[in-house]
Amino acid sequence: MAKVTFATDTCKGCGLCVDACPKGLLQLSKEKINKKGHHPAEITNQDECVGCASCAIMCPDCVITVER
Amino acid sequence: MVVFEKPHALTDAPLHYCPGCTHGIIHRLVAEAIDELGIEGKTIGIAPVGCAVMAYDYFACDMIEAAHGRAPAVATGAKRANPDNIVFSYQGDGDLASIGTAETVHAAARNENITVIFVNNAIYGMTGGQMAPTSLPGQVTQTSPYGRDPKVCGYPVKVCEMLAQLDGPEYLERVAVNSVANVRAAKKAIRKAFQNQIDGKGFSLVEVISACPTNWGKTPQEALKWIDEAMIPYYPLGVYKDRSKEAAQ
Repeated sequence: MAKVTFATDTCKGCGLCVDACPKGLLQLSKEKINKKGHHPAEITNQDECVGCASCAIMCPDCVITVER
Repeated sequence: MVVFEKPHALTDAPLHYCPGCTHGIIHRLVAEAIDELGIEGKTIGIAPVGCAVMAYDYFACDMIEAAHGRAPAVATGAKRANPDNIVFSYQGDGDLASIGTAETVHAAARNENITVIFVNNAIYGMTGGQMAPTSLPGQVTQTSPYGRDPKVCGYPVKVCEMLAQLDGPEYLERVAVNSVANVRAAKKAIRKAFQNQIDGKGFSLVEVISACPTNWGKTPQEALKWIDEAMIPYYPLGVYKDRSKEAAQ
């Protein structure tokens, strides 16, 4: 099963990963604020992730690790 | 099994770039190429002046900070003195296409065995969004508030097309990093540019069309769209020179 993890504190909330996900599973957190003061990216439904790593490929800050 | 993680050739220092700046993607692609070719221990990077001025903090290999625009000259010295090392320069458009034009053209004409990563975002990012030699006609910047007028400011410099006229360079390609497919293509080009140097083929330059959301006055998403709509039509992607391929035909 695929799994994505976020290094939340280095996320700048640019949202490029959100647009890159072909299944639309990512969002910028509505509640959380990280150390830098940004709303970090998070996954809404881990079970549906196929581990294509599109989000990680578009992330400018290497926030995302993908396992499969 | 981990299928994607931060490459080893990048340090843990958090990047100082603005949110949505694609410098981070290009840094990662260079680091991935270094990892995959197993050359981290013998690579020397040359950092430019511009937004990427602090690249020496981010790459885990040895780094040298060059004077503005002089990275290809410094790279030439480093490579000639240490021919077994892999030397790359990482430069923006204000660095490579403006103050460093002479160094760039002559390093290419001499076919120095170095790799140049040229980040073209059509603006001076670090100094606050002034017009660059690569700014598009009509583009609004801090110093062209009514849009760049080619009658007054001249036309943009197309670096790949210009260098392709020379007999010297081995490999010239323009890529973009505004979509997953384009990032994959960019990675292939950057890897090839490093492989060419390992094989002793000579001067390889990869021009990467990059986004500057902050100084373009756009959101990160709009900036990537603007690359598709405005930048790529003016700066067409593709291979401009590949001498070993031409020789094989």
